[in-house]
Amino acid sequence: MSYSKIAKDGLWEQNVVFSQLLGMCPTLAVTTSGTNGLGMGLATTAVLAVANMLVSSVRMYVTPQVRIPVYIVLIATLVTVVDLTLNAYLHDLYKVLGMYIALIVANCSVLGRAEAFAAREPVLPSGWDGLFMGLGFTIALTLIGLIREFLGAGTLFSQASLLLGSHFHFMEITAIPNYGGFLMMILPPGGFLVLGCLLAAKRVYQVKTGQQVTESAGHALA
Amino acid sequence: MDLQALREKLGYHSAALGVIALGASVTLAFADLGTHKGIEEAEKRDLQQSLAQVLPEGFADNDLLKDKVVIKDAKGEDVQVFRARLKGEAKGAVFQQANRGYADDVVVLMGVDVSGKLLGVRVIKHRETPGLGDKIEIAKTDWILGFNGKSLGDPPVEKFGVKKDGGIFDQFAGATITPRAVVKSVREGLQFYAAHKDEILAAAGEEKKVAHEQSGPHQDPAKKDI
Repeated sequence: MSYSKIAKDGLWEQNVVFSQLLGMCPTLAVTTSGTNGLGMGLATTAVLAVANMLVSSVRMYVTPQVRIPVYIVLIATLVTVVDLTLNAYLHDLYKVLGMYIALIVANCSVLGRAEAFAAREPVLPSGWDGLFMGLGFTIALTLIGLIREFLGAGTLFSQASLLLGSHFHFMEITAIPNYGGFLMMILPPGGFLVLGCLLAAKRVYQVKTGQQVTESAGHALA
Repeated sequence: MDLQALREKLGYHSAALGVIALGASVTLAFADLGTHKGIEEAEKRDLQQSLAQVLPEGFADNDLLKDKVVIKDAKGEDVQVFRARLKGEAKGAVFQQANRGYADDVVVLMGVDVSGKLLGVRVIKHRETPGLGDKIEIAKTDWILGFNGKSLGDPPVEKFGVKKDGGIFDQFAGATITPRAVVKSVREGLQFYAAHKDEILAAAGEEKKVAHEQSGPHQDPAKKDI
């Protein structure tokens, strides 16, 4: 499989959120603002890429019978190490990202990619796949977060400087001044509504442009 | 024997799982060892910054981290009480309280003056849902400032709760459990201070005395050396 095909799969064809419908827990829970979505997406991307490479490097030694516990142990260990290291050495970043990191263990897209890709492919393509699956996830989460934030609070990327550093103050935009807020979009139903509309929009676009509609590859896993 | 033949054996599965689990445990043990100190120091730095936040500027001139006393609270847990002093006179105290929020313990740090009036409250550690429960952070909203100036009689204890429970403090839309935990911690903290006020303030003098006595013997050998 070519690298460009893998990248295209991750970003569009097999997008974790919009095609595979995996990782719904963080997708719906964290995307109350663009910044939150971006933070969760980036943290997940790092874990996905490294977890895929780890799983791929032990794929010769793991038998099908014990593969799931092995993957889970590997992923949980990785996430815990990332959590501890960030806490100790990048404490300011950890204070912002910290609460997302533990949630990554519960993201079944990490296990899904280990099973569907990394268990069969060499190390480098697996890392590449993890990277682009993660980026696709990041884009989806940021997009959902931005829409919910815009409709719910009238802002875009509020508190982005907390996540990315003070240079990124310019990203924080108050799109609608003196907006009273539309609470439902921030609450869980808003997540379902926005996700549903985006899913429908993607499908309509694919049908209209004559693209093959990707069937959810995640059904067997979810 | 090549790997393919080995993989067919029954014991191979458990051995493979065992080796991976062992490797993971060793990795985690080393990660914990390697980061333990860093995390402790980072949390201490946080505490120092927070201590400064819950007391007004110029309120105390002593090093609070060094001037502490450990007292058991009503739940039987040790509470570290840091004493704030200006020119040696006890002015107030800072201590932590924790109650379970939605995901994990929400730890708040609170500063009170001698009479038991709140000078400031900050949440220093929590794992609440981003976007819902994290509004207790000063960086997100100024909700936590609502405690400033409150004390055990103001509002009365039965009103010292979130609005949903008949109290005076706002909860957030979509998150009641988190602010409820914070309000409960603050209330319990004030009760703790009221119950142990004499101990906390008296101990301030005592420890000074103890510190003085301790410094005595230390000086003696030094003198002998001379």
